[in-house]
Amino acid sequence: MTSALELHQVSKIYGSGPSEVRALIEVDLSVERGELVAVMGPSGSGKSTLLTIAGSLEEATSGQVLVEGIDLAAVSRAERAMMRRRSIGYVFQDFNLLQGLTALENVTLPLELDGVPAKAARLTALEAMEELDVAHRAARYPDELSGGQRQRVAIARAIVGERELLLADEPTGALDSVNGEAVMRLLRAATQRGVAGVVVTHEAQLASWADRVVFLRDGHVVDQTVAPPGPESLLAAGDRR
Amino acid sequence: MSVPFALLALLSDGPKYGLRLQNEFESRTGEVWPLNVGQVYSTLQRLERDGLVETDGEGAERAQKRYRITPNGERELAEWLRTAPALVPPPRDELVIKVLVALQIPGIDVHEILQVHRRHVVEVMQRYTKIKAAAGEDDVPLMLVADAELFRLEGIVRWLEAADVRLRQRPPVAPTPAADSQVETPSTMEVSQ
Repeated sequence: MTSALELHQVSKIYGSGPSEVRALIEVDLSVERGELVAVMGPSGSGKSTLLTIAGSLEEATSGQVLVEGIDLAAVSRAERAMMRRRSIGYVFQDFNLLQGLTALENVTLPLELDGVPAKAARLTALEAMEELDVAHRAARYPDELSGGQRQRVAIARAIVGERELLLADEPTGALDSVNGEAVMRLLRAATQRGVAGVVVTHEAQLASWADRVVFLRDGHVVDQTVAPPGPESLLAAGDRR
Repeated sequence: MSVPFALLALLSDGPKYGLRLQNEFESRTGEVWPLNVGQVYSTLQRLERDGLVETDGEGAERAQKRYRITPNGERELAEWLRTAPALVPPPRDELVIKVLVALQIPGIDVHEILQVHRRHVVEVMQRYTKIKAAAGEDDVPLMLVADAELFRLEGIVRWLEAADVRLRQRPPVAPTPAADSQVETPSTMEVSQ
């Protein structure tokens, strides 16, 4: 069985000669369905590049990227675009909602672009918004929503339809810690329903919501967490004072 | 030492038996801090000796005694709630010492040492987050306890990251003698002359 996302020896080099920047160097990573992986690293470590390459928003210089077993380099631009619309959901730090559209229209958009009839698209979008407890804001425009509500709409747009892969770049943005946690809970719930998720963050507390944390430095994967023992062991080691 | 005050707090809404105090303590701290019944009774004994609680089961078995907070106990509790906890760091933080020691050992990659600890701390954070994820929305005490640990651990991760950056930015250090050599001893110097 193939993984939802596989990166094999992926490198990304910008520029050439003295101005060459090696953003990613021979990165291997696979993410299973139902798994949430956090990628942690300092600024400039290659986190966002990894995400944009995984989401086919840009191409790797070398190596192989497979989404649901399909090699992104082996398909046409049109097919890649279709995969982006149909299989991959993106959540960005600054939400990236279209200001001129209502919350519902924002969530409906990827479905309509994919040819889903308007009425069916609207129903599917409303279902996603209900899951994220933001359906009551469907008719509002982004600037009429709070930061937390905007991010819920953005997540609804990312998971709407038959998405296989959810990619999030610093998805809690400038939200406070409790609202940031709410966003991580939603991403975790989405992956537990069978989607593969990758979250890029520099915050350890948000990364700790992931099943696995991968550490990136200078374009290399330098380490990753192993499945830790369950929380019971913490209780046994509790402070007995 | 906060257990005596936690027990006083639990007694503020009425007299209780030791076993119930144990159960309430654990449930109100999200069961993250287990407390055995022996600790409960020994603490209650000390509180009774100090006049902060009293019992209504004179001479009875400890399990049959009901404890109630005294006016002195209420005053002590109110004062304790407003007393700043000791925020001074421990005189020797083991992690800081390990990193400082690693800096002195030739051939040791300090960045690798920092990463080992970063991974370990994040793994512990994942376990606390699992506790939060499994908790009911109304289990606020558990959330507060887990949050407190998570913020503390996040502070450690941030320190490790800052140390990593600081060490990468430091200018190259001039090599120091690996060990005291005999050449530097007065007797050897005499011989060399």
